[in-house]
Amino acid sequence: MADTVVDVHHDAHAHDDHHHGPSGIIKYLWSTDHKIIAMQYMFTGMAMGILGGYMAYVFRMQLAFPGISVPGFGQVSPGEYNALITNHGSIMIFWLAMPVLIAAFGNYLIPLMIGADDMVFPRINRLSFQIFFISVLVLLASLFVEGGGFGGAWTSYPPLSSEAEFNLTNLGSTLWLTAVALEFVAFLLGGINFITTLMNARAPGMKAYDIPLVCWMIVIASILFMLSVGPLIAGAVMLLFDQTLNTGFYDPARGGDPILWQHLFWFFGHPEVYVVLLPAIGITIEVMATFSRKKIFGYKMVLYTAVATGVLSFFVWAHHQFIAGIDPRMANVFTITTLLISVPIAEMLFVMIATLYGGSIRLTTPMLWALAFMAEFLIGGVTGIFLGASGADIYFHDTYFVLAHFHYTFFPIAIIGTFCGFTYWFPKMFGKMMNETLGKIHFWGTVIPFNFIFIPLFVLGMGGQHRRIYNFQHFPELAGPEMYNLRQTATIALLVMIAFQLVFFTNLIMSLIKGEKAGKNPWKANSLEWTTESPPPHGNWPPDQMPVVYRGPYEFGHPDREEDYWPQDEPA
Amino acid sequence: MIDLIQASTYAADIDNLITLLAVLTGFWFLAAEGVFFWLIWKFREKPGQKSQYLVGKEKHVKRWITIPHALVLVCDVFIIVGAVQVWYNVKQHLPEADSTIRITGQQWAWTFQHPGADNELDTADDIFTVEDLHVEVDKVYHFKLESRDVLHDFSVPVFRIKQDAVPGRSITGWFEANQTGEFDIQCAEICGIGHGIMAGRIHIEDANTHAAWISSASAATSP
Repeated sequence: MADTVVDVHHDAHAHDDHHHGPSGIIKYLWSTDHKIIAMQYMFTGMAMGILGGYMAYVFRMQLAFPGISVPGFGQVSPGEYNALITNHGSIMIFWLAMPVLIAAFGNYLIPLMIGADDMVFPRINRLSFQIFFISVLVLLASLFVEGGGFGGAWTSYPPLSSEAEFNLTNLGSTLWLTAVALEFVAFLLGGINFITTLMNARAPGMKAYDIPLVCWMIVIASILFMLSVGPLIAGAVMLLFDQTLNTGFYDPARGGDPILWQHLFWFFGHPEVYVVLLPAIGITIEVMATFSRKKIFGYKMVLYTAVATGVLSFFVWAHHQFIAGIDPRMANVFTITTLLISVPIAEMLFVMIATLYGGSIRLTTPMLWALAFMAEFLIGGVTGIFLGASGADIYFHDTYFVLAHFHYTFFPIAIIGTFCGFTYWFPKMFGKMMNETLGKIHFWGTVIPFNFIFIPLFVLGMGGQHRRIYNFQHFPELAGPEMYNLRQTATIALLVMIAFQLVFFTNLIMSLIKGEKAGKNPWKANSLEWTTESPPPHGNWPPDQMPVVYRGPYEFGHPDREEDYWPQDEPA
Repeated sequence: MIDLIQASTYAADIDNLITLLAVLTGFWFLAAEGVFFWLIWKFREKPGQKSQYLVGKEKHVKRWITIPHALVLVCDVFIIVGAVQVWYNVKQHLPEADSTIRITGQQWAWTFQHPGADNELDTADDIFTVEDLHVEVDKVYHFKLESRDVLHDFSVPVFRIKQDAVPGRSITGWFEANQTGEFDIQCAEICGIGHGIMAGRIHIEDANTHAAWISSASAATSP
């Protein structure tokens, strides 16, 4: 590595110097610039999202039209079906939501928004992406080994996941688990960087409450991730040993307990929901403040409710296990903690809604995405209450109602949140404006079909349809024509939604080639990333022009000023 | 909407709880979306009009958050009480049994052990069936749920009951059917490539039909 030596002379700047380093493609692959690493994460995540979407297309076709030869795949066998749903879930959470919302936006935004020239540990940052990339390769490999990809659902409950004689995918399940473990390593390294950078590298004058909320949210999410992932890694090692060394941690015949895994998994798995939710809310808040030209209604309230949500999320995990065979008295405790979490989340959403009051709202493409996040996430939020209430969960557990519920949370988070942030910061990332007309066509073409996919699935779930069933023809009550009409509606809506994604990629490529020049601050926003060139140079600002902060990031519509915005770095 | 029969004594309790949840969360949902869209309309960009500078620190402004906050908490209390009541009735307390059955899941079939003519489980006249469970209407059944290999889940949507089967354990639960008929049993926990074919049927019979089934099944299986 040529840049290792050079770095020693640059103790004034955290970033590695690349001016003397290798050139061309190698420069991008081995870059330690936080912006390039962010783009690596962004486009790897989007590519994985396309793969996850393709999987959804294949199994939705099988569910709506059982037994057909799916164009672009062929006939789906039960084993392939299980592998598809398992990897769809794993990819969308671990290889789309996490890399894009935390790693890509975290890497891109944190140094720029706090006025730093790079992350404090640039080479750990590079290592993080490289490990992440290996995890992608391992996951892809798991789909093509003998026996096929792992098919035990993304929750990977033993004994199905731990014994090859039960899951019939000896290599696939081990590779899947290895890929997930590598992905965790990558995010632990990234999380160290985010937290340390936010604590130590802020511009002079930037106090804790002057930090843009999206940076706080990504850092709180990283802390939650680091605190919750330990038990799961321990559990995953035991699962790996059960798979490969024939130990019996989860085998009741040898003194193990399959339910142990569920506790370890969900102790991580529930905070994980907030790990991806908080950055998405942070992105939405930035966009809503900018395009309603309003100060956030309660900056500290958002911050405190985010922390409260995070703390509470460690005490709710067993609501995933009400009917798993745990002590029934435990369900009462976890019902209470689960419903309490509705209080901070509802409050956070109230604050976001209240921010619109008195604004001057511009319905640009990023703002439409932000508003859609709110409108759709509310559905996910209220339907979650049905599942947190133990008595109702006896019926709803593992039905399509659950599936529709968490897609109403994860779709706004991972898809709407990503498009919201991407369209908002696109001018900063590439120095060009995106086409608004195409952006709005893509927006409506995504959000309307989304509802037509998942509202029918709520109805199917209430009708008693359970998840992960390959073919409903064996269940007379689920094989009726009205059930198939709903399934086909959902599948056709999915096809429409996928078709509209072409508009996005067209817009992306056309805007990159011949988009209008963006300038430093096209949205007239306040935070520091808008005070540098678009795209920002290596080091973000010229070394002698590092920004100094005089106020918070949401000073919109101040009565003493002619302009309705007031950049953070403008002296009073 | 798909109308699902309530075929157990507690099905109506669970449905009532779901209705309560629908009313409370529906209110919040409509209120929040209503205010949200009204604000978007009301404060749309108008030429020459600057946005207001609101800090949100004054009490009379803050109460727009604190009052809903308190109301959400009150709703949570109602939901918790309702949920715990239903949960206690279905899962935590066990009424006296009229009869006991054993349900065993394995890849990929359900085996049902009926107590037979003497109404005692684990005796010589027990009736074993695969896929078909026969029970009598208006009788309290205890079930002992077991698994031979991986996790399964015994789910009867018309009863609203669901319980995981865990290898190495015998989990006891109960149900009481309140109408006759023939309904689906699903496996609700992914259990391998045959998960989608792990179907069963529950036959709820009146006393005479059930007695007749017991004698015919006993005759068929006795040596």
